[in-house]
Amino acid sequence: MTEIVAKSVSTKTITHSRFNAFLQSWVGIFPFLLFILIFLILPSTNLFIGAFQDQQGNFTLANVSVFQNTYVLKSYAISLEVSLITSLFGGVMGFFVAYAITLGKAPAWMRNIIMSFSGLAANFGGVPLAFAFIATLGHTGFLTAIFKGICFTTASGVQSCPFDFYKAGFNLYSVTGLTLTYLYFQFPLMVLTITPALEGLKKEWLEASQNLGGSSRHYWWHIALPILWPSILGSSILLFASAFGAYATAEALTGGSIYLVTILIGQQIRGDVLNNPNEGYALALGMVIIMAVCIVGYTLLQRQTGRWLKS
Amino acid sequence: MKTKKMNFWGLSWAIIALLYFFVPLYGTLDFSLRMQRGHLSLMAYKVVLSDPQFLDSFRYSATMGLITIVVSACIFLPTIYWMYLKAPQARPLVEIITILPFIIPVIVFTFGLIRTFSGPPFQLTATPFKTDILITVGYVIVSMPYMYRAIDVGMRSIDVRGLTEAAQSLGSSWFQILTKVIFPNLRVAVLNGALICFATVIGELILGDFLVRPALGPYMVQVGRDSAYQPAAMAMLSWGLTWVCLGVIQLFGRGNTSQEIFSR
Repeated sequence: MTEIVAKSVSTKTITHSRFNAFLQSWVGIFPFLLFILIFLILPSTNLFIGAFQDQQGNFTLANVSVFQNTYVLKSYAISLEVSLITSLFGGVMGFFVAYAITLGKAPAWMRNIIMSFSGLAANFGGVPLAFAFIATLGHTGFLTAIFKGICFTTASGVQSCPFDFYKAGFNLYSVTGLTLTYLYFQFPLMVLTITPALEGLKKEWLEASQNLGGSSRHYWWHIALPILWPSILGSSILLFASAFGAYATAEALTGGSIYLVTILIGQQIRGDVLNNPNEGYALALGMVIIMAVCIVGYTLLQRQTGRWLKS
Repeated sequence: MKTKKMNFWGLSWAIIALLYFFVPLYGTLDFSLRMQRGHLSLMAYKVVLSDPQFLDSFRYSATMGLITIVVSACIFLPTIYWMYLKAPQARPLVEIITILPFIIPVIVFTFGLIRTFSGPPFQLTATPFKTDILITVGYVIVSMPYMYRAIDVGMRSIDVRGLTEAAQSLGSSWFQILTKVIFPNLRVAVLNGALICFATVIGELILGDFLVRPALGPYMVQVGRDSAYQPAAMAMLSWGLTWVCLGVIQLFGRGNTSQEIFSR
């Protein structure tokens, strides 16, 4: 009997001291955790709880019906389209540019300019970026005006201006225009994230492949790309996420006339366009789920990358 | 023969990249100088810089940027210092937390802030001052990934334990260690974080817009709707500002924390 008591006391003191040790090591992190808990976790969970409540505060799954709303579906479709296209084109372009300045032996001055400009352009988003593109490709923009001015008089005496791209159907304030604008920060982001991976390709691998009689196509298909693909895919996911979460550029460029999910959420905050606040929360939750999947995928791929390209 | 072909291929991509960088930049510059018909002038810049509303909103955003830098340095320096010294096991958790702002888009985060803090019991949007507190918190969280990474990189390069023990054996208090030993050693890292923080706050649209404060972002959108040439001038100014921020970072030699700002 006494033995049992003694035992229970000793385990109690052990757990107690363990708890103390835990407290002692974590106490300095607590203020930060508290700050995050109040100002990041609480608002987010509050939003997500709202997604599963009806307007009286009872639990419900009915808000999922927001994803049957044609406007919402369309906004998701446009957002996904813009993000996929810009991450695809930005990824491909960024990859080749990174290739050019690493293995493609572009002159050193070009490499320097491209690297520092990539840092700048990847950071240059938001409203000013939209303004820059309006000034360049808008109705009266710099390039628009130049191309409009290239006119010929045909043999029959009719003036034709083949490069007037607004007449040809181009419009900066459309999904195409938005895509072009997003590319301005997308491909530099790809250059920044993929260049270290390309630099990590060892010369010996190419030499080994050549010694064994491999052509450059063999090398890329069987050696370089299998090593690079987690980095390529991971970087593309990053591009996708950065386009998917973007709001300011689209708002400034089109005044909210392109229905991206972010724009729709903005309108929901301003004036409850869905006529149901809780459906608004469900809308926002859907976005976070997509972003979370992206980041988890990115993290997993980053781990894959580490195996070969760790310097 | 083959290598020559590869060079040409590479070169053409490099040229495309340079064109994509410079044409909009040049186009914007050119456009911003054409406010007066027929000849180039700095008129648009004059109009922008003499607009009292621009100055007010710039002052507001710059002030907010500085406050954000101070608040986030006060949060992250002690936390990361402690993490290095006593709680390395906290690192995975802290790292996940600091990338949360990438997962939760700013617009969703702002939505959450408004839903949570605008009603009772907090009512943080009731007065401008209270809203400013809320918006500062928002800026701190939005710029958290950059600030954290900048300080983390700096902290990795110094001997935290050695410095702390040396200071302790000379009788320093915790406050003295942080302010007189650790912080001076991390000046460059904190400066990096601060500049990115500042650039983020200056360019931030969503928080200022939806919390209805007179920040620079909403002002720029407004001007963009109403006028043609001033936005181009503002875009150039903002280019210049970003350039200066990144230039200062590169000047101090640790440019690798400056990647990936998603202030869009």
